[in-house]
Amino acid sequence: MPRKTTYTPPAVEFLSILDEDGQVDAKLEPKLPQDFLRRLHDAMLLARRFDERMLSLQRQGRIGTFAPVKGQEAAQVGAAAVLSEQDWVVPSFRETAALVWRGLPLEGVLLYNAGYNEGGRVPDGQNFLPPSVPVGSQMLHAAGLAYGGKLKKSGAIVLTFFGDGATSEGDFHEALNFASVLACPVIFLCQNNHYAISMPRAKQTSSRTLAQKAIAYEMPCLQVDGNDVLAVYVAAKEAAERARAENRPTLIECVTYRLSVHTTVDDPSKYRSEEEVKTWERRDPLSRFQTYLRNLGMLAEKDVEAAEEAVSARIKTALHAWEDRMASLTDPAVMFEHLYASKPPALKEQQDRFVQEWSTRGEGARHG
Amino acid sequence: MAELTMVQALNLAMRQEMDRDPSVLLIGEDIGVDGGIFRVTDGLLSRFGPERVVDSPLAESGIVGFSIGMALAGLRPVAELQFSGFSYFAFHQLENHAARLRWRSQGRFQVPVVVRMPYGGGVRALEHHSESREVYYAHTPGLKMVIPSTPRNARALLASAIRDPDPVVFFEPKLNYRSFREEVPDEAETIPLGESRLVREGGDVTLITYGAMVRRTLEAAERLHQEDGIESEVIDLLTLSPLDYGRFCESARKTGHVVIVHEAPQTFGPGAEIIACLVERSFLYLEAPVRRVSGYDVPTPYFQREQAYLPDAERIVRAVRETVRY
Ligand SMILES: Cc1ncc(C[n+]2csc(CCOP(=O)(O)OP(=O)(O)O)c2C)c(N)n1
Repeated sequence: MPRKTTYTPPAVEFLSILDEDGQVDAKLEPKLPQDFLRRLHDAMLLARRFDERMLSLQRQGRIGTFAPVKGQEAAQVGAAAVLSEQDWVVPSFRETAALVWRGLPLEGVLLYNAGYNEGGRVPDGQNFLPPSVPVGSQMLHAAGLAYGGKLKKSGAIVLTFFGDGATSEGDFHEALNFASVLACPVIFLCQNNHYAISMPRAKQTSSRTLAQKAIAYEMPCLQVDGNDVLAVYVAAKEAAERARAENRPTLIECVTYRLSVHTTVDDPSKYRSEEEVKTWERRDPLSRFQTYLRNLGMLAEKDVEAAEEAVSARIKTALHAWEDRMASLTDPAVMFEHLYASKPPALKEQQDRFVQEWSTRGEGARHG
Repeated sequence: MAELTMVQALNLAMRQEMDRDPSVLLIGEDIGVDGGIFRVTDGLLSRFGPERVVDSPLAESGIVGFSIGMALAGLRPVAELQFSGFSYFAFHQLENHAARLRWRSQGRFQVPVVVRMPYGGGVRALEHHSESREVYYAHTPGLKMVIPSTPRNARALLASAIRDPDPVVFFEPKLNYRSFREEVPDEAETIPLGESRLVREGGDVTLITYGAMVRRTLEAAERLHQEDGIESEVIDLLTLSPLDYGRFCESARKTGHVVIVHEAPQTFGPGAEIIACLVERSFLYLEAPVRRVSGYDVPTPYFQREQAYLPDAERIVRAVRETVRY
């Protein structure tokens, strides 16, 4: 018996609709209503400005370490925009834009980043999970949620986000395998922002694309220009339809870039060049989309100004709400809450002792 | 002799051990170009090159499992995990393999791997970045569990861990990484694993602690001395497994009063084992119930409440007064 080919892997497709200069490929352009395009724009703008504000709050010491979204707004908003309300989003720790699109209040994001557990609260009726810090661990939850939705016939599909680094973790491979074998209606959306802290994607994996990792699991996949909100939208829409109609998972690799720091404790000048960053600044998802909308005649200078004003008003309101909320969150005994459905007696005892000791402390000791 | 921070002292330990033994190598996420997220491995890539300072893909189970293989091939890997909170991805490799290969192979193979990781609270970090779960490792037969407290003992203990033929989990108290300096002699030093340290002598009460809590305990001991005239004997365990129970049982026989201080949650925590040792060996000498000042049985809260969670001098002083006046 000669050696023979049993399988030839499919090619990985790359989808791009809006190029770096904001020029659109008319054949691929999705026909979206104007108000929807405006919503996409406003969400990306809000994410951008909010990120900038968070960075300055962090520099002033008013919030802690956080992971900026700058440069990845299109990947997050474009994908989240294909979901309906009952669908789920399962984020990692960088999904501010996606979650704000889904209805997470800005003050919640602030509260979380200011070191209050209360900020992790997901508003009732909203279908997304709180941030998941251990890299890659959330993807299995997404697959399981999707399977649950299928069994319960809820009609809900699941969109989960993660980075290029996450594809090295075992959980990533387990999630893809489960989702494929068990036919789960889930979209795995990788934001390949080229770095996992200091590690460039090339040192993370020898695969030429991250998308192709799905091929081993017999899962549909594609690469998209992650800085092109139209391309992300179209790819996610296809994946969502496949999930709904066939219960099949999809892996989408959004090729994008982390324009800012990994987190606020990171110094990227140690491992990447200014030039590289400049190249990607020219591919900025927000300004590219603005050019597109301008060309459509939808975004005159005064519209941009109005959008900026609306966004800044919304951020301002959130800052006030956040400050008020913080002023009311003085009691550290909340750390004992929400751990179990009903508190075990030994834990209650610890809490009682804590409360008694805490109440008899001097002010100085409390802020140690 | 130089005044070093713990970060510098750990860096020195690795440099000296790598100079001394060409089979020692480092592996971890971001440890090369970036020098590790806390810069503990800063400069080692340029000195030893990318074959001995390996920037690895992001996969803790991979890092530890790969290190086990390297150790079986005769290398001495020192793996860095970015935070102990992410070591659970690697727990399976530590528990199922690193800890058992010698036993499973009836002594034929050994796994001289050191797995370093920062642990503990107090630096306003994110969720999973502040926990103190040393018990998982101290509870695992076949692993050694080391926790230094100062720059000098960190350097000496890491050198010992690297030279040790068994797998060692090495917890670094990140609160102490840069908060103070200590003179560290130029020439390499070691401290035998399994040996605790008497940090302060006293006859009224024995305070048993380790890691980041040593400084808070010493602060409490000083206050007790000044405000109450209570003289505390403070023991820094340095190694949780194997546990040097001899020293603290002996001290308890002298003082009759014991308080244990750790950040880890209380239930099934290190204090529970220490109390068991005391009861088994020094029961008739104890004059009061042994008290534990520990973290609570909850995940370390986000940073606004972490100081309320962590033991501090105030809580320690209170517990000591209660036991001494029992
Ligand atoms: C299991 C685990 N290991 C290490 C870390 C520390 N860490 C936080 S983010 C990060 C890099 C993640 O890179 P990637 O998956 O590409 O996502 P990105 O941050 O670039 O969005 C690392 C190593 C972690 N959070 N979880």
